[in-house]
Amino acid sequence: MANGHRLTIRSIDADPRTEALHASAAQLGLPLIERLGVADVVLVDTNLDTAELDRLSAVLVDPLLQRGSWELPGGRGVEVTTLAGVTNGAADAVVRAADLVGVSIGAAATALRLEFDDDVSDAVIDEFVTRLVANPIVERWTHGYTEMNPPTDHVAVGAAEVIPVRWLEDDALLAVDRARSLSLDLEELRVIREHFEKLDREPTDVELETLAQTWSEHCAHKTFRAAIELDDGTVPRQIEPLMRQLRNSTENMAAPFVRSAFVGNAGVVEFTEGTTLAVKAETHNHPSAVEPFGGANTGVGGVIRDVLGIAHRPIAVTNVLCFGPSDLPIGELPEGTLHPLRVRAGVVDGVADYGNKIGLPTIAGAVLYDSAYTTNPLVFAGCIGAAAARPLHDGPFVGDRVVVLGGATGRDGIRGATFSSATMDATTGEVAGASVQIGDPIVEKLLIDALVGAEDLFSAITDCGAGGLSSAVGEMAEGIGAEVELDLVPRKYPGLEPWEVWLSEAQERMVVAVPPAHLEQLAARCARFGVDLADLGEFTGTGQLVVRSGGTVVADLDTEFLHDGRPQRRMRATTTLPVRTGHGVRTVTDPIAALLALLAHPNIASKEAIIRRYDHEILGSTVTRPLVGVHADGPGDGVVIAAPAAREGFAVGIGVNPWYGLHDPEHMAVAVVDEAIRNIVAVGADPDRVALLDNFSWGDPRRESTLGELVDAVAGCCMAADLYQAPFVSGKDSLNNEYMGNDGQLHAVPPTLVITAIAHVPDADACISSDLTRPGNVLLVVGDTRAEFAGSHLDMVLGETVLGERVLGARVLGERVLGEMVPGTTVADFDGGDAAIGPAPAPDPAAPVRYRRLHAAIRSGAVRSCHDLSEGGLAVALAEMCIGGRLGARVDALPHTDVATALFSESTGRLLVEVEPDDVEAFIEHMSGDAHRLGAVTSDDSLDLAGIGRVSIEALVGAFTGTAPS
Amino acid sequence: MTTGRVPALVIAGPGTNRDRDVVDALELAGARAEIVLASELVGDPTMLDRARMAVVAGGFSYADSLGAGRMLALDLSVGLGEELRSFVAAGRPVIGICNGFQVLTSAGLLPGALGHNANGTFDCRWVELEPVVTSVSIWTAGLDASIHCPIAHGEGRFVHPDPDELAAAGQIALRYASTNPNGSVADIAGVCDTTGVVLGLMPHPENHIVARQHPRHGRGRAPVDDRHSGLHLFANGVRHAAGS
Repeated sequence: MANGHRLTIRSIDADPRTEALHASAAQLGLPLIERLGVADVVLVDTNLDTAELDRLSAVLVDPLLQRGSWELPGGRGVEVTTLAGVTNGAADAVVRAADLVGVSIGAAATALRLEFDDDVSDAVIDEFVTRLVANPIVERWTHGYTEMNPPTDHVAVGAAEVIPVRWLEDDALLAVDRARSLSLDLEELRVIREHFEKLDREPTDVELETLAQTWSEHCAHKTFRAAIELDDGTVPRQIEPLMRQLRNSTENMAAPFVRSAFVGNAGVVEFTEGTTLAVKAETHNHPSAVEPFGGANTGVGGVIRDVLGIAHRPIAVTNVLCFGPSDLPIGELPEGTLHPLRVRAGVVDGVADYGNKIGLPTIAGAVLYDSAYTTNPLVFAGCIGAAAARPLHDGPFVGDRVVVLGGATGRDGIRGATFSSATMDATTGEVAGASVQIGDPIVEKLLIDALVGAEDLFSAITDCGAGGLSSAVGEMAEGIGAEVELDLVPRKYPGLEPWEVWLSEAQERMVVAVPPAHLEQLAARCARFGVDLADLGEFTGTGQLVVRSGGTVVADLDTEFLHDGRPQRRMRATTTLPVRTGHGVRTVTDPIAALLALLAHPNIASKEAIIRRYDHEILGSTVTRPLVGVHADGPGDGVVIAAPAAREGFAVGIGVNPWYGLHDPEHMAVAVVDEAIRNIVAVGADPDRVALLDNFSWGDPRRESTLGELVDAVAGCCMAADLYQAPFVSGKDSLNNEYMGNDGQLHAVPPTLVITAIAHVPDADACISSDLTRPGNVLLVVGDTRAEFAGSHLDMVLGETVLGERVLGARVLGERVLGEMVPGTTVADFDGGDAAIGPAPAPDPAAPVRYRRLHAAIRSGAVRSCHDLSEGGLAVALAEMCIGGRLGARVDALPHTDVATALFSESTGRLLVEVEPDDVEAFIEHMSGDAHRLGAVTSDDSLDLAGIGRVSIEALVGAFTGTAPS
Repeated sequence: MTTGRVPALVIAGPGTNRDRDVVDALELAGARAEIVLASELVGDPTMLDRARMAVVAGGFSYADSLGAGRMLALDLSVGLGEELRSFVAAGRPVIGICNGFQVLTSAGLLPGALGHNANGTFDCRWVELEPVVTSVSIWTAGLDASIHCPIAHGEGRFVHPDPDELAAAGQIALRYASTNPNGSVADIAGVCDTTGVVLGLMPHPENHIVARQHPRHGRGRAPVDDRHSGLHLFANGVRHAAGS
């Protein structure tokens, strides 16, 4: 190296990364590389003397753990480093550490070095590195030795470009849209053309990009606000916009604990007088598909900022993840798509990295597998915050300063909002590079420290998410107007054009409106925590959003046009009547084998390996955990959070089931609301104080049948909210989760609705869990069992890949061979359903009363353990309770005459309950007879289904954890 | 000071995140705890004079860049090395938990080092810690039952070239009584300095200070024995600080 030095650092003991790489390579079926070396490389750009090198290596190398060398390593090596402009905290730390020990260096970089034997071919190495290690979206890699990123030679023009749109033909307008990836439709482009014709001038690039971000599906929820004509096979009719339906549902409900719903960054509820909770869940699907670590990482960071953006201290994080099958042969992987295992590894690392480092418990979630998610993995991240009750901020006011806090701005995340609103294809990874970022949880932690407790110093607050400053300042300026100076925005590096600064989605930034009198105090607070603060301008009262750069105005937009000028989208939806009658009976020849297959199914099997990657203990408030029982390996239901000294707390439950959605989207919505509420009831939360969040991940809503499924699901949400008197307080939709394969076919996700329920826990000391506690206790099931198998996991395990991938266009919904269940019945097409399949689980109108009674019983101490019945039905729930408690159970009386229905149907509204023998009569009476006595907890080491079969607890544990041969 | 409570400093850096958990534990153990940033402490070392005990709390200081705890250790040893040593020499108790343990080994106040967990990944689970009766640690003195509390770390494998020598010197304060979760040598979970006033451990006793936090609390109505509470460690520290 002409200038500077490079230090190679190796672990003295076996580097665990080597083993992890070997394991991942084996999973993907890559050729075995027997001898693989891993080392870290630090590059500095300055020539140093021996004494300086010694001082530097003394801080970079721990002699008990590592060996460091300033010599170039020999042998075969590949080095991976981050691309210029991608966050690299380690490189920054090297510069800082050097400074502390009196060594002055200009810049530093870090790299990962992989070492191979000489006889390994380049082709093998290349596949190994691209499949497992480097992601070109954020990293570059090279054979031999890496060099530091050259200083950027990109010189910004520094001025806005004028984009002619007036008097353009429609085709030319669409060409402008394509050239700049605006993702606007013709109707919208025409309105913009007309607007600037009236203004008698052309828009600048800054203005066009601002409009595109603000009007994107991601920011504007065009589909949820669209005028929809519904054709359900009767008379086509106009229906209320979907968002209006959800809002009406909440507004028409008497739910006195709701403080704020569907406005601002998050919903706000007040279960305990004097304390409000802010709740929000987001999706980060497209970014996670192309850069799983960064996508999931910034997804978590973003939803935490949502809660901070409504002035609450974040206290817990949730996540729901949907992946393709782990055993997908590498040859079947669609081009441009990362293997599901790599997506999962990156996403889990990304969630863990952000949550663990920012110091929030990652408490609840779900992991789903289906081949439909191979090209479109889904990442839902949620956050809950708490604050002392106070009026919501009602600014900004004229004269308030426009202040941005947190990280510096770079060319990262440009056009994220429009990217996430488009369909992906094999080249998406390349073009989306700039849309993906790596988060910095420490910077966000400092933002929280600075902002929590400073609520009196600002009049309005929002986070900088999709659309960057254009969205954050644009939203705050709605109706009031603002003038900002882009030159004052802190930059990561020079060379940014004005529109890039304005749109950049650089992470870990908040925008606050600050009365001038408070600016100094806020600045002092930020300085204490090392948070950068920049005063960009003021809220003016003119109603115009004015942006300056280099002394000239680069945007001057009427905020009324910006926020209300978008033409309402007009859409058409078609729905078909799902099967809701008949029985769809299943014949299961070996129920014990079916139970073991269900327990081993990836959707049901233990998620312990993922859950333990997340800190769920920090803050000391986790009362009921995601893993429960004597060996802490049984699956819990809801998670309960209560501050150590508090009596009251809250519970979080999650409901999701896309497989029902393929058969009956409306009933699916009710079923998943019911599941989320069952989860919180099971642990001791109050079903009369529940707030809900909706998250829809759907395919392209411009396809009428896809929109129809959305219309049905929203109707189901409203029906469920009304049934349970549980208001929706916030929601988010992520549409266009589709992938255009090189085969010309569109692959869409199944209708995936995630419901998060937040409920009040009146007494955290009275909470219970799902593990059986004492032999001799009586087991009862509450709720009705009916033959409802459509979308069930029994169908999946008996019919092999029952649902499979949804390839649209050809409208093939996958092989649905029901095999031996219904001999001779093969169903290939589910449009309109098939009587042999029967109905998906239906709503149970009696569930709310049942839950209320059960809650009273739990509070009185009469219930020893409780578990909700979901995927796999009664048999799986029973087995899970046995696993948690490492106790046996004997079932004498099934709740249905048909064995398959009794054991495996997934009817909603049901829970399993363990009660002391002396309390059984009183419990049944308390439940008004709505309790079926199944059998008893035993000290045998087996689950005994009398007259059907018997299976050892060891075998159940083995199937569930994958640790024993089944 | 109006309450007569022992003044305690909880030292935090950028990315420290269990500082508030530690404050809860110290307050419950009878101390008056205050969170202070390392940078503030370096700017005003007299803050140390006014404190009777100190905690370096857990988290990911500086995102664990260049190795867990290393940057915060550098801040403290460059800016405050002498003051910290005299604090310890005066017999004032210091405890480093998780990232704080990594900081104290990296700063040379405790022996050994913490490497990546043997299984290579971050791990969150409850463990049982057996107090070593022959230890000179004032933090574990007199404890007659195992402490139950969670771990939450990716770099907690304690490494030392001569664990027998540590044992002989009474510097091994706690051993994993449940499964060794990270591959630490000789099942060592906590070590102290030769005087016994400085303790470092990876697990989080501050997350088991009330009965309800125990995962088996309430199972079948059988209470978990209070002797397993992590609060006893803090109570020992506070008692020693009050008498020092």
